[in-house]
Amino acid sequence: MGFPARKLWSQVSEQVADVAGLVATPLSPTHYLELVRPLASTRTHYARVESIRYETMDTRTLTLRTGRGWVKHRAGQYVTVGVPVKGRITTRTYSVSSAPERDDGCITITVKLVPNGKASSALFREVKPGDHLAIGLAKGDFTVPETPVEPQLFVTGGSGITPVMSMLRSFAIRNEMPDVVHVHYAPTERDIIFADELTRIAADHPSYRPIFLTTREGRSGKSHRFDRASLHREVPDWSNRETYACGPATLLEAIEACFTEQNATDQLHVERFRPKLAKVDPNAQGGFVRFGLSKKTVEANAQTSLLEAAERVGVVAPHGCRIGICHSCDVIMKTGCVRDMRTGEMISEAGARVQLCVCAAAGDVEVNV
Amino acid sequence: MKGNEMNPIQLNEEQLAEFGREIDTIQSDIRATLGERDRAYILRMIKTQRIAALAGRAAIFASLPLLPTGIPFLVVFGGGAFTLGIAKILENMEIGHNVIHGQWDWMNDPAIHSSTWEWDTVCPAAQWKHSHNFVHHTWTNVMGKDHDVGYQIMRISDRQEWTPAFLFQPIYNVALAALFQWGIAVHDIDLDAIRSGKMRVSEAVPLVKEIAKKAARQLAKDYLLWPLLAGPFFLWVVGANLIANFMRNVWSYAIIFCGHFPDGARVFTEKEVEGETRGGWCARQILGSCNIKGGPLFHIMSGNLSFQIEHHLFPDLPSNRYVEAAPRVKALCEKYGIPYNSGSFSRQLGTTLRTICRLAWPSASRPDQGSEVTA
Repeated sequence: MGFPARKLWSQVSEQVADVAGLVATPLSPTHYLELVRPLASTRTHYARVESIRYETMDTRTLTLRTGRGWVKHRAGQYVTVGVPVKGRITTRTYSVSSAPERDDGCITITVKLVPNGKASSALFREVKPGDHLAIGLAKGDFTVPETPVEPQLFVTGGSGITPVMSMLRSFAIRNEMPDVVHVHYAPTERDIIFADELTRIAADHPSYRPIFLTTREGRSGKSHRFDRASLHREVPDWSNRETYACGPATLLEAIEACFTEQNATDQLHVERFRPKLAKVDPNAQGGFVRFGLSKKTVEANAQTSLLEAAERVGVVAPHGCRIGICHSCDVIMKTGCVRDMRTGEMISEAGARVQLCVCAAAGDVEVNV
Repeated sequence: MKGNEMNPIQLNEEQLAEFGREIDTIQSDIRATLGERDRAYILRMIKTQRIAALAGRAAIFASLPLLPTGIPFLVVFGGGAFTLGIAKILENMEIGHNVIHGQWDWMNDPAIHSSTWEWDTVCPAAQWKHSHNFVHHTWTNVMGKDHDVGYQIMRISDRQEWTPAFLFQPIYNVALAALFQWGIAVHDIDLDAIRSGKMRVSEAVPLVKEIAKKAARQLAKDYLLWPLLAGPFFLWVVGANLIANFMRNVWSYAIIFCGHFPDGARVFTEKEVEGETRGGWCARQILGSCNIKGGPLFHIMSGNLSFQIEHHLFPDLPSNRYVEAAPRVKALCEKYGIPYNSGSFSRQLGTTLRTICRLAWPSASRPDQGSEVTA
């Protein structure tokens, strides 16, 4: 079949599928298919938890079977995972820790239990093999070239090792290990995620050299912190290496400072997972309200609804009952924090839907109006 | 709401405010306990509904080869149509109406969210959100504001002015019951404004276009595509789907008419609700709404609109929790001397139908409502 014919054919078959799909309107056939095979959904990507494995005391690796429409990740990318926490879907991002070359239709994510972390503790304590989780397609540009020519430096801290693990596994499987020095920080030796596997990779691939440093004083000796001097001591040729760093904010800040001083920021790649929650100041009263789509900003106090604030500066915002019952004025909050004036509840998750007519600014806030 | 002859409650501003606060406490108490159990409830409900829809359609098709057998055919065919009707009722009432209200938005699940949900009826969800969630729930039972007061074609209170067109309302009523989804579909079109010349017909065209687009899909599904799959038995499948849609229409009509029209339910004028406070708004919701007594299955099949009073006080609270709120609301009503209208299905529907017949005549009045008021 020639190209135009194929194009016509795909258009025709799409049309036929659309008409056939009408048997399920207003839903789609996939809603019914999901009843028996959630992974076959074309509407939402689901993954089935296949197994859960302990890595360290506070980290676990979940093996997830991906479903239809999954696009293979690139080593270093992350996925969003919807975790039900007390009935609420909480979205978190986790780096894929398995290699893209893995061919059994599964990926792994490695989760660290965050103290007081709602999603991580649900993933730890409630999610079990057989459960289905909504996941997004892999995203992110924290990736290495497939066969890098330059020597590499990986600096990781704690669970920040996960994206780098995907890279290392990929190199190892393809037997194309470049020159890599990997400096990894963990509180104690027992907290080193993937320690055995990394040691094995190092034994099989001499061009990979891991350096494990512990940050807590213990029997094994003194505590290590990242700074320019220690980096220079461990990796004398660091400034000649393309560098990938992932870990806690303090580590990343120190690395960035070091590379800035060296004037070498263009060879530094950093992956950080910003918390999606704005800092909640329980005493915050009012603030600047930005209406992003209308490009207007106004200062409003804690007794002024976002709707009133909008109308004050001539922004046409969706509105209805004005008493918080009809949800006509629900809009997405891009950043910041608001207070529901009826209950005092603070809403600070970026991307949350807020009711303009009953929410007031609690600090600065931007909404999609 | 201000005190007047229509208002049976005798509360001063302060008491009314306190009443409103106590109502709000009921809501915040229940909201604080929403969790995994509620998510499991709605997921199970949606799953049950989809399985019922599939099973109903499967049974209709399975019955066709049995056509020559007579009775066995009718049993399987009828069972299939009935199951499909039940599925449509669940979809419209316990799932669709409530999801579109935002009752499940707290789950933060994009698949079960008021911003994305579309339901299995000819009325587009977006129009419903305006005419129902906003207009009806804000202006409940306020004449000239709430389209649900007689649905713009009937006189259900003697406070509504009589015109000769109302003479035929018992007939409109039967037609509306049979074609209820079409009545709902045109609900957002302000017929009164068009009749009185306040709105041009052309202004309604975009709404009509949207309705037509959705209706075409709905009709194609039930009366073209599924029947075509049955080949020579085309008309049998049309018939089964007609039965299912008819069942859904009549049932939803009956439940919804029991919500605000039985004896004892009050209607209001715009003047009466001027400057209304939160407490006054709550009291009006209660005075204008009626509950239906029944068991758990009845409540589910009614979309928990059998707790119409609680639904009007807390329209975006998950419906499975109304049963928990009801005794507390009722106790508050007793404490503050506010009538709480709850009765059997037959009492609520019976008095509604009686009113519709009586008020077709100009001189008639309605018990419990207008008899003590003289114009």
